[in-house]
Amino acid sequence: MSQQWDVVIGLEIHVRLALDSKLFSGASAQYGASPNSQVSFLDAALPGTLPVVNEQAIDYALRFGLSIDAKIPEVTRFARKNYFYPDLPKGYQISQMDDPIVGRGQIDIETEKGPKIVNITRAHLEEDAGKSIHDEYDDWTAIDLNRAGTALIEVVSEPELYSAKEAVAYMRAIYNRVTFLGICDGNLQEGSFRCDANVSLKPKGSEALGTRAEIKNLNSFRFIEKAINYEIKRQKQLLESGRTVVQETRLYDADKDQTRSMRGKEDANDYRYFPDPDLPALNITAERLAKQRQAMPELPEAKFARYCEQWQLAEDDARQIAYDVAMASFFEQSQAITRAKAAENAKFLITDFNALLNEHGSDLQDTKISAGHYAGLLDAMASGQVSRKIAKQVLNEMWTSGEAAETIIEQQGLAQISDSDALRQIVTQIIADNPNQVQQFKDGNDKMFNFFIGQVMKQTKGQANPVQTKQILEELLNND
Amino acid sequence: MSINRKELTEIANLAKLDLNAEQTQQVCQSLNQITDMVERIKKADTAQVDPMFHPCDFWMPLRKDVVTEATHKEQLLALAKQADADFYLVPKVIE
Amino acid sequence: MINLSLRELNQLLTSKQISPAELGSVYLDRCRQFNPTLNALIHVQNDLAAADLLTADRSQSILAGIPLIHKDLFSTKGVTTSAASRMLADYVPPFDATVVGRLRDAGMVSLGKANMDEFAMGSSNEYSYFGAVNNPWDLSRVPGGSSGGSAAAVAARLTPVATASDTGGSIRQPAAMCGITGIKPSYGRASRYGMIAFASSLDQAGVMAVSADDCGLVLEAMMGHDDKDSTSILAEPWRWQAPQEASMQGLKVGVIPDWIEQLKDNDIKRSTQQALDTLVSKGAELIEVDLPHADLAVAAYYILAPAEASANLARFDGIRYGHQSAEPCDDINDMYRKSRNEGFGQEVQRRIMLGTWALSSGYYDDYYCQAQRIRRLISEDFKQAFSKVDIMAVPVSPEVAFKQGEKSDGVSMYQADQFTIPASLAGLPCMSMPIQPVRGLPVGLQLIGPYFNEQVILSTAARFQLVTDYHLQMPEAFL
Repeated sequence: MSQQWDVVIGLEIHVRLALDSKLFSGASAQYGASPNSQVSFLDAALPGTLPVVNEQAIDYALRFGLSIDAKIPEVTRFARKNYFYPDLPKGYQISQMDDPIVGRGQIDIETEKGPKIVNITRAHLEEDAGKSIHDEYDDWTAIDLNRAGTALIEVVSEPELYSAKEAVAYMRAIYNRVTFLGICDGNLQEGSFRCDANVSLKPKGSEALGTRAEIKNLNSFRFIEKAINYEIKRQKQLLESGRTVVQETRLYDADKDQTRSMRGKEDANDYRYFPDPDLPALNITAERLAKQRQAMPELPEAKFARYCEQWQLAEDDARQIAYDVAMASFFEQSQAITRAKAAENAKFLITDFNALLNEHGSDLQDTKISAGHYAGLLDAMASGQVSRKIAKQVLNEMWTSGEAAETIIEQQGLAQISDSDALRQIVTQIIADNPNQVQQFKDGNDKMFNFFIGQVMKQTKGQANPVQTKQILEELLNND
Repeated sequence: MSINRKELTEIANLAKLDLNAEQTQQVCQSLNQITDMVERIKKADTAQVDPMFHPCDFWMPLRKDVVTEATHKEQLLALAKQADADFYLVPKVIE
Repeated sequence: MINLSLRELNQLLTSKQISPAELGSVYLDRCRQFNPTLNALIHVQNDLAAADLLTADRSQSILAGIPLIHKDLFSTKGVTTSAASRMLADYVPPFDATVVGRLRDAGMVSLGKANMDEFAMGSSNEYSYFGAVNNPWDLSRVPGGSSGGSAAAVAARLTPVATASDTGGSIRQPAAMCGITGIKPSYGRASRYGMIAFASSLDQAGVMAVSADDCGLVLEAMMGHDDKDSTSILAEPWRWQAPQEASMQGLKVGVIPDWIEQLKDNDIKRSTQQALDTLVSKGAELIEVDLPHADLAVAAYYILAPAEASANLARFDGIRYGHQSAEPCDDINDMYRKSRNEGFGQEVQRRIMLGTWALSSGYYDDYYCQAQRIRRLISEDFKQAFSKVDIMAVPVSPEVAFKQGEKSDGVSMYQADQFTIPASLAGLPCMSMPIQPVRGLPVGLQLIGPYFNEQVILSTAARFQLVTDYHLQMPEAFL
């Protein structure tokens, strides 16, 4: 009989900070240079070399901390994590242990069951290792130290993600956050954003966590979901056949869609952390923190609250715009100059504009439509010059030509007929031409009203102002 | 506190040092003389004392995020016993 | 010439009675002549470096043209820097230590590199891959360590000045045993950049020379902030001013009667007492102070220093530089083990294992953290003491230079550092100056100053040396 299991996942995300130089040396941190060409004497761990911390790395880490509303300590400290590996030149990694720069915080994610808050245990600064290249030679592993010493923040979540999908949603939320803050270039191929997933299973409803396996080095949203799902399946099979899960490090093989045990890092697991004696403690002053707070763009959470309060957007609409950097900026720019109501703007943006983007598979920032032109279209709608239906048509034109809404409306004669005399004339003629339908309406068939609206629209090719049309029709039909 | 042979083997493994059986015995003995000597620190009452990780009574200085290093590739690779034109080389590592 | 002070040598140089090249050659010849007897130097230069001489010609510093020897712990660009280890026997650094660069910029002329205990781990200079150093006062005895080569070289006047480093006493103890003057400034005064690390929170570069005045002149040139070293003090460096008279009127000197009591060698005890009497005779006031936690210093130190060393020496893996085993290796771990086993001497391996143990899980808090708490207690003890006195005067070593091979076990050697370690743990400036020798062997007195205040100990030693001539005595065999 198959048992029911709860899945528990915690993620450790490594975010490469978008810096010019390394965390502890003045060597370039740029990706893609020729092997070992960006290695300082410190990065190669020549005897006597000493680390000096990059100020921007501290500030970026603080910015991330502020953005997740984290506890920021007054004093932070670097520690040595000791292990031997050929791409770790010093024989230890400078990281943080007891006093990380970012303490407990939280972030909102979107799940299938709605929004959820995920707690973040901590985030700390550390240096990356170099690269071991195993396929260059048959008998050798080749070492490139360009990456050694580049700055990372490691973001550690609480084990409170309960499915592969949630893990991906959380990873996306962190990804969006660090790219939004501009502290990470977000380049997944170059390893700027990588993740280790701790996966464990426990009997449904049980309190105690099961033994976990750690899947290392996942650098795509697709792979992480597949890897976790594979791992869940693997552990389930083990447990249901009465075997146990071994606490170990595993690698995901995307080609085979499998995880496999990693032997290399097994034997030495006692990292012997201790405070790095080359680096005194760092005092995070209120002044430094205030400066970073000021340098921060408005966060999605704050935008969301402001949209609801200031502009009375529906919560769903506000969330959808606030959490999309490009959309929020477009929305705010257009709203600053249009006479249209914010709620109208939001509706049109989320449904009609989005549909257009989806249709073309494009991003907002790549379109020819400027926020100014878009605001013009909103104005035309607000003043009744065009209907929403026509507005969509105009938007399509704007997409291809990049022209202003006003120009398109004028050139193509798309303006609504709001001249009441002209409309009255048209309506009078239609009533005269359709005596039977008039009689039916008068006999109580209310549906006939829509027939007349349809006739007016047909005759005006949809340009009749619907509100005025309705008013005039009501007046003339009921007026004998 | 004394270190037994099994522990010593683990320590040597962590430190990547090799010990043959004869050395293990000898090193064990000499290390235990030292651990006996350092044992006394445990007697001090330090309940109210914070560790002093550093004699510096100043905070950590920081540097600007500026690239100050040119490439040292040839210089560095020339120091290595095993290297080609681009890489340091080590016996094959199996992950 | 070889008994002239740096100021006197400077006179000869500025008045062109001698050129930097000629002065350098005098000492270089002595190095060649006497080093086979002493083994104080690992490397003696074939010729003086043209670049050094050029800078010496241009420099306005009082040190321009003065020869020196660097402890082999300091990286010297283009010159092998081995830390007296097989691991680095053929390592040629591509850069200079900051201290080396500063002294070169001042115009000092390098003669070679001094022998030492491997990676500065030792108190007798017997733990060198390049063999033990002989004490110039008695060749069968040790010069002390770890800066034994620097001390022996100055004592035998193979150089007027040598750089050295002190982690738990490595300047003071060999200075005392060789009858010269040596100072370790406050932690953070002199840059550690390019100095091969033993225990980073304790290591400090310093100077050995004949007199306190000479030490002051060189220390002034080598200290000062270095933005390559995060533990380097930002404060303005002081200018060394030699006292013109011996009066110590108003100086409060802290003494620890208990430490003098602990001296089992009555001759050393008498010599120490006599030196304190000299201070009093010049107007100093002796005040008894106490360092109640100092008896735990050696134990704390032999946890902290090896712990830091175990990490500092992990970079020596045979991959990027340094010794790599020529034996066939099964895999990378095999290569690490063979290379490190062949590359490191026994004492270094012992300390690496000791440090690895102290940091390993289950022991970290009880040993490493506890040792750091004791460090704070000792540091507080000193603060208390310095609220009452300007300077402390205590023994350096409980014994005179001992016979080579006399001490075979680690612990008895470690215990001999009991008087030097407390100031190291607290990061305080301290020095050793020669006092009345006993049985033909030198003895030192240790002066300790409050944090940052090197001047008070240097000027007290300089005043002492105005009325004594122990520092000018030298072993006759090397005249």
